[in-house]
Amino acid sequence: MHKDQPLIFEISKPGRIGYSLPELDVPALNVEEVIPADYIRTEEPELPEVSELDIMRHYTALSKRNHGVDSGFYPLGSCTMKYNPKINENVARLSGFAHIHPLQPEETVQGALELMYDLQEHLKEITGMDAVTLQPAAGAHGEWTGLMMIRAYHEANGDYNRTKVIVPDTAHGTNPASATVAGFETITVKSTEEGLVDLDDLRRVVGPDTAALMLTNPNTLGLFEENILEMAKIVHDAGGKLYYDGANLNAVLSKARPGDMGFDVVHLNLHKTFTGPHGGGGPGSGPVGVKAELIPFLPKPVVSKGENGYYLDYDRPQAIGRVKPFYGNFGINVRAYTYIRSMGPDGLKAVSEYAVLNANYMMRRLAEYYDLPYDRHCKHEFVLSGKRQKKLGVRTLDIAKRLLDFGYHPPTIYFPLIVEECMMIEPTETESKETLDAFIEAMIQIAKEAEENPEIVQEAPHTTVVKRLDETTAARKPILRYQK
Amino acid sequence: MLHRYLPMTEEDKQEMLKTIGVQSIDELFSDIPESVRFNRDYNIKKAKSESELMKELTALAEKNMHMKKHPSFLGAGVYDHYIPAIVDHVISRSEFYTAYTPYQPEISQGELQAIFEFQTMICELTGMDVANSSMYDGGTALAEAALLSAGHTKNKKVLVSKAVHPEYRDVLKTYAKGPGLEVVEIPFKNGVTDLEALQAEMDEQVACVIVQYPNFFGQIEPLKEIEPIAHTGKSMFVVASNPLALGILTPPGTFGADIVVGDVQPFGIPAQFGGPHCGYFAVKSALMRKIPGRLVGQTTDEEGRRGFVLTLQAREQHIRRDKATSNICSNQALNALAASVAMTALGKRGVKEMAIMNIQKAHYAKNAFVEHGFDVPFTGPFFNEFVVKLNKSVKEVNKRLLEKGIIGGYDVGRDYPELENHMLVAVTELRTKEEIDTFVKELGDCHA
Repeated sequence: MHKDQPLIFEISKPGRIGYSLPELDVPALNVEEVIPADYIRTEEPELPEVSELDIMRHYTALSKRNHGVDSGFYPLGSCTMKYNPKINENVARLSGFAHIHPLQPEETVQGALELMYDLQEHLKEITGMDAVTLQPAAGAHGEWTGLMMIRAYHEANGDYNRTKVIVPDTAHGTNPASATVAGFETITVKSTEEGLVDLDDLRRVVGPDTAALMLTNPNTLGLFEENILEMAKIVHDAGGKLYYDGANLNAVLSKARPGDMGFDVVHLNLHKTFTGPHGGGGPGSGPVGVKAELIPFLPKPVVSKGENGYYLDYDRPQAIGRVKPFYGNFGINVRAYTYIRSMGPDGLKAVSEYAVLNANYMMRRLAEYYDLPYDRHCKHEFVLSGKRQKKLGVRTLDIAKRLLDFGYHPPTIYFPLIVEECMMIEPTETESKETLDAFIEAMIQIAKEAEENPEIVQEAPHTTVVKRLDETTAARKPILRYQK
Repeated sequence: MLHRYLPMTEEDKQEMLKTIGVQSIDELFSDIPESVRFNRDYNIKKAKSESELMKELTALAEKNMHMKKHPSFLGAGVYDHYIPAIVDHVISRSEFYTAYTPYQPEISQGELQAIFEFQTMICELTGMDVANSSMYDGGTALAEAALLSAGHTKNKKVLVSKAVHPEYRDVLKTYAKGPGLEVVEIPFKNGVTDLEALQAEMDEQVACVIVQYPNFFGQIEPLKEIEPIAHTGKSMFVVASNPLALGILTPPGTFGADIVVGDVQPFGIPAQFGGPHCGYFAVKSALMRKIPGRLVGQTTDEEGRRGFVLTLQAREQHIRRDKATSNICSNQALNALAASVAMTALGKRGVKEMAIMNIQKAHYAKNAFVEHGFDVPFTGPFFNEFVVKLNKSVKEVNKRLLEKGIIGGYDVGRDYPELENHMLVAVTELRTKEEIDTFVKELGDCHA
């Protein structure tokens, strides 16, 4: 029997404190003398009243009810849940990085600017692009930033009728959403039976209204779009731009660069490929790289190097403007830089090689037990279909929940949308063969259970602190905050 | 190659290749056409060992002047505050920081409950009904508030006070281009939004009125007077607010705000050169199903036990795709956790005490400036920041302060040409009387 963990508010007791503020060393001042009565709150916010140990025990208990990469295998497709190196955390916490104010004079933050500049240079080489901005806070923010630049580019050419962004039917949900927020209409292009973009359909949908095609390569099925140069030609001939969603870059480090594939704009997810931790949902960092003709449209300011050191260039008349206060998620960029410098060119190449080896190994071993909709070499991830198990009354959701009993985070499920009962598995390069084998054995056992004892799968999980939760009631009668 | 992050041995590799049925790893990349194959090594710096890299990056960090060594009077949206030691211990628990979005609630109850508590604390401070699990920062949260207002009212005119943070307004203007919103800036008078000018811009086309509280100059905007004007027609009332100030100030919700946004950086998040910080987004219940970002809700499991889940996901990009009103996916969850721990440690009593101490220290500093003959142009009530007029350029003065090891205030003239030679001074609870006295004296010397 698992115990509930009380809310912090439920263990609160008036008279306890968990802080230590310095004593007031200036003459005391009555707030009523300087703030008008209407603006002094009459009801105090109901924040917890707890001791420091209460806090530590509370959050330690919560942490034990949470699964991270450090707790166990986390093959969540398209999220690249690789190991988060500990030196990254130490570097980001150095006072000279953690406690600098973004508006300090440039001469007092040369170390920070140098790191940003050098990270930009590294990312340029890794992506094959001509310039990089570190401003976007996450992948989706990078997508929107990139699309705004494409929009500005077309408008600067007097081209105001490019209102459409094309995305494949396998695209991440953020692609069409970012297109909408950037003011575009989304057009979907179909995939072939082989899981690649249908070139005929692409030829059909491109036209003088095409602003861009957004593409992930390898795509979300884990397959390399081998016709990429042909696709680039189709889009470029129509006057559109090619946008690279970098969520899957972990597959092709040192193997193929977006810049060489014909992409004009690229965003990266530093919290995926470059080990900024995922943080329980963020913060991430989503730098954007561009080809030369889009450089004038980079968001302001641009970190540059001059005769007197590094500086922030605000003199950018064609810039799309600011996309974020200050200069991006610097703390995450510090971690990514530390990682790149820990790996070097050989290390990064090995990353993709092992990520791809691991995925193909798992795919081959599991193909006997689950349907493999696309039977060819995958890249860093692959999809299985739970079609066979569905006929036995066991859904992919059930399989995912059963995996929890084995101590695993399940794969991404029901995405991409074009695969029935989809499971998208991304092992990453930091996992050992023993870990992969153990997970494979668990998957095989579940496949057998589906045939012999489906209830155990259908009723899973059996070992977690809570069982399946009632999501319908949560949405119908939302309780979104604690109330006494 | 051998690397501490790469566990595969040569033997493992050979076995795996055999299972796959290929001779080499290269074969697995055979689907990448030769024409796009990258056939050389990256021309980037070679790898360094852990100790060598730590030494190099420590030296790089030491090139920066930081606020733990040098007293800082810089604010302008980012503040040097007390961070309880416990914050870093909690967020360093790797069950939190190495997890991702809690898609599988049964093994993510810790993160989900922590966010539910965060949402509650934001509601308590802002006086609003619903808060989401975080946004990137205060600036993008403000821009998303404008997008939500425009979507909800079907209006396209956004009125924003010029006393709102200049960088927040810049972000808003970039976001506004997508849906084609018209952003109109309302001038200020004596450091607060000019109500007559605001009234004059109000019409049936207005989607929202955006003010900041306390505003960029530290002044406390008269929300009580602004609210009835802001609520002309369908217009929404959006307030950007420093959550620490709400430890003592009447919350915007009490004044009838529809959306309250801001950045929780003052609670437990280091300045770190401007990010990652953590935006918050709170609304009245009428807008609950339109709020951007992730929401955590309370529910029960099959056995009636309390649990938490991501909820109302039909609003979000992964379900609605091109119909979604926001594209946010990854947010700032770990920083929301840091802020929760800081708000918990400070608690009901500490948040108020710290807010009051900011007022007291800032007022002490302001009075000291006045005594030294400085002009403090804006005369209204303020929180922990105020504007001082200098008789020479702020840049020059700051240079002289740096020689004394002091990080001076913000050059307001950068964004407001009419306020050339004006410095925005922030004084938090961490600035001692001695530091304030020295700062004022040094400025006085510059002034002479």
